[in-house]
Amino acid sequence: MSEIVIETQNLTKRYGEIVAVDNLNLKIRAGEVFGILGPNGSGKTTTILMLLGLTEPTAGSARVLGFDPMRQPLEVKSRVGYLPDQVGFYDDLTARENLAYTAKLNGLSRPVAQRRIADALERMGLADVADRRVGTFSRGMRQRLGVAEILLKHPQVIILDEPTLGLDPEAAREFLQIIRAFKEEKITVLLSSHLLHQVQAVCDRVGLFSHGKMVLEGTVPELARQVLGGAYRVHVRAVGPDLTQALHKVPGAVSAQKLDSDLYTVEAQEDIRAEVARAVVQAGASLLSLSLEEPSLDEVYQRYFQGVMAV
Amino acid sequence: MKPVREGSPWRGLWAVVAKEMADHLTSVRMGILEAIVLLTAAVTLYMALQNLPSGTSEFLFLRLFTTSQDPLPAFVGFLGFLVPLIAIALGFDSINGEFNRRTLSRVLAQPIYRDALLLGKFLAGLFTLALVLTAIWLMIIGLGIFRLGVPPTGEEVARGLLFLLATIAYGGIWLGLAMVFSVRFRQPATAALAAISVWLFFTVFWGMLVGLIAQGLAKGVFNQIQLELFLARLSPNTLYAEAILAFLNPAVRAFGPLVPLQLIQLQWAVPTPLPLSQSLLLVWPQLTGLIAGTIVLFAIGYVLFQRQEIRA
Repeated sequence: MSEIVIETQNLTKRYGEIVAVDNLNLKIRAGEVFGILGPNGSGKTTTILMLLGLTEPTAGSARVLGFDPMRQPLEVKSRVGYLPDQVGFYDDLTARENLAYTAKLNGLSRPVAQRRIADALERMGLADVADRRVGTFSRGMRQRLGVAEILLKHPQVIILDEPTLGLDPEAAREFLQIIRAFKEEKITVLLSSHLLHQVQAVCDRVGLFSHGKMVLEGTVPELARQVLGGAYRVHVRAVGPDLTQALHKVPGAVSAQKLDSDLYTVEAQEDIRAEVARAVVQAGASLLSLSLEEPSLDEVYQRYFQGVMAV
Repeated sequence: MKPVREGSPWRGLWAVVAKEMADHLTSVRMGILEAIVLLTAAVTLYMALQNLPSGTSEFLFLRLFTTSQDPLPAFVGFLGFLVPLIAIALGFDSINGEFNRRTLSRVLAQPIYRDALLLGKFLAGLFTLALVLTAIWLMIIGLGIFRLGVPPTGEEVARGLLFLLATIAYGGIWLGLAMVFSVRFRQPATAALAAISVWLFFTVFWGMLVGLIAQGLAKGVFNQIQLELFLARLSPNTLYAEAILAFLNPAVRAFGPLVPLQLIQLQWAVPTPLPLSQSLLLVWPQLTGLIAGTIVLFAIGYVLFQRQEIRA
C-alpha cells in the first residue's frame, strides 16, 4: 500500500444554512489519479479550495502531503499545483512574463525560474508563442499555460478543477494525454469533472459527489458493480424459443432481460460471453450475434442519480 | 479557537509590489493622469512665476506652490483634486480586477498569504503615487531654481518635503478607500463610482452639512465655530488643506473656520513667520490624522479581503 497524500476527516463546509461539503472522508494515495465526479454544486470546488487552504472548513480536518492546509497553507501550496476552472492570466503580459510572476511568488531564483519556464513552455508546446501577449491566446492555449505554470513548481500533487471544460475535442484529448504523462511521472492527480468518459479514460479511482457527500468511491468497474449490479453486459441476438429463463441460469449472470423478439441482455460480474453462447445453443436457439458492453461511468452516474431521484 | 498560521504573511510581498508597480507605470490610465499632473504643474508654475511679488525674497520656493492667478487656483489647489483622482484610479480595480480576470484564485494558489497580495497592491499604489508626486515636486523646485536664480534654503526644502509627505498621506487615504471598494464590489465601475461619490461628498457637500449641523446643535456662537471646525476635520480634505497651509505658509499660527483648498493663498498677516518646528507642532494632529485614516481604511479592506470567498 503506498503512502496517503491527501486525507480528509469529516471535512465539512457550511455557507449559512447550505451545506456545501458534508462530513467528507477522502483518501488519495501517492501516484494515483483520482476523479471527483458530480453535478454542479455538489461540493467539488469547495473541497478543492479547502485542500489548498483557500477556504476555511467549518469542521473536520484535512491533510495534504502531511501538512494541514489551514495552518501550513504555504507548505501545501508550494508543493501542490492547482489549475482552477476557467483559469485566467494577465492579458497584457506575455506567457513568459506571466510565468515569471508565478515563479517569483514561489520564491524561485532567477536562473532556476528561467530554466523551468523555458522547459515548461516547451513541454506544453507554447515555446513559439512564449513572448506573445496572453490576450491573444485561445482557451486551449490558456489551459496549457495553466499546466505550464503548475509544472514550474515541480509539484508532488496536481489538482485540476474541470480542466477540459470548454475545450474542443482535440484539445481535450491532448489534455488527457497530459494527465496520463503526470501519472507516469508518479505525480498524484486530483481531477474534478462532470465529463464522465474523460474521467473514465484517465482516472484510477473515482469518487461520486452528491450534495456535499461522497456517495460512491472506487474504480469504475467497482462502481458499476455497486450501482448497476452487473458491470458487464452481454447483448445476445438469437432466433428460437424464449431464452430469458435459460440465460438467467448461466453461471455468473446477474440478470437477463428480453428486449425485443430476438434480442436479450444479460448483466454479469465478468465477461461470460462463452457461457452465454453455450446456453443459447443448448436451449435450441440459433445464435445470430453476441457482443459485450463494458460498463461506462455515464451509466453509473445516470443510474445512480435516477435512483436518488426515485427515493 | 483559530489555528495559528505558519509561515511569513509577507512572503511574496515584493514580487507583488514589483509587478503591480510595473503595471501601474506602463498603463495608459496612469499615462493620462501623469500628463494632466504635468500640465497642471507647468501651467501653475508659470502663473506663479509671473505673479511672485517683487522685492520679497522670503520663502520664494514655497510661493511657487501657492501663488495663483485668477481664474486658476494655485498648484496646491489642483492637487486637492488630482491626488484623490490618481489614488482612486490606482486602487479601484485592484482586487475585483483580479477576480474578474480570474487570476485571483491562481495567484492565491501560489505559496503566499492574502496579506502579501493586498499590502503589495497597496504599497505599489502608494509608491507609484509618491513617485509621480516627487517627480513633479522636483521639477517645480528645479525650474524654480532655474528661473529665480537662487537655491532654496534648508527650511524651504524641509517644508517642501513635509508638504510632499502630507500629500502622499492624503493620497493614501483615497487609495485605501478605493481598495476597500475594490474588495467590496465585484464590478470595478461600481467601486470607482463609489469612491468618487465619497470624494464628491466631502468636497462639495460636507462643508454645507457641517454648517447646518453646527447651527442646529450648537449653543452660542463660539460653540458653533468649535463644532464646525471639529466636524470639518472629519473630512480628509480639511486635514490636508490645514496641513499644507501650515507647511507652505510659515505665517499661519492657528486655523480659523474652513479654508477651502482652492482659496489657499499666502497671506502675510503676521509679520514674523513661525519656525518649522512650531508649524509642524501646529499640524501634527492633522498629519497623524491623515496617516491614521490611511491605516484604518487599509485595515477595513484587509478584514473584508480575508473573509472573502475567492471562488467564482
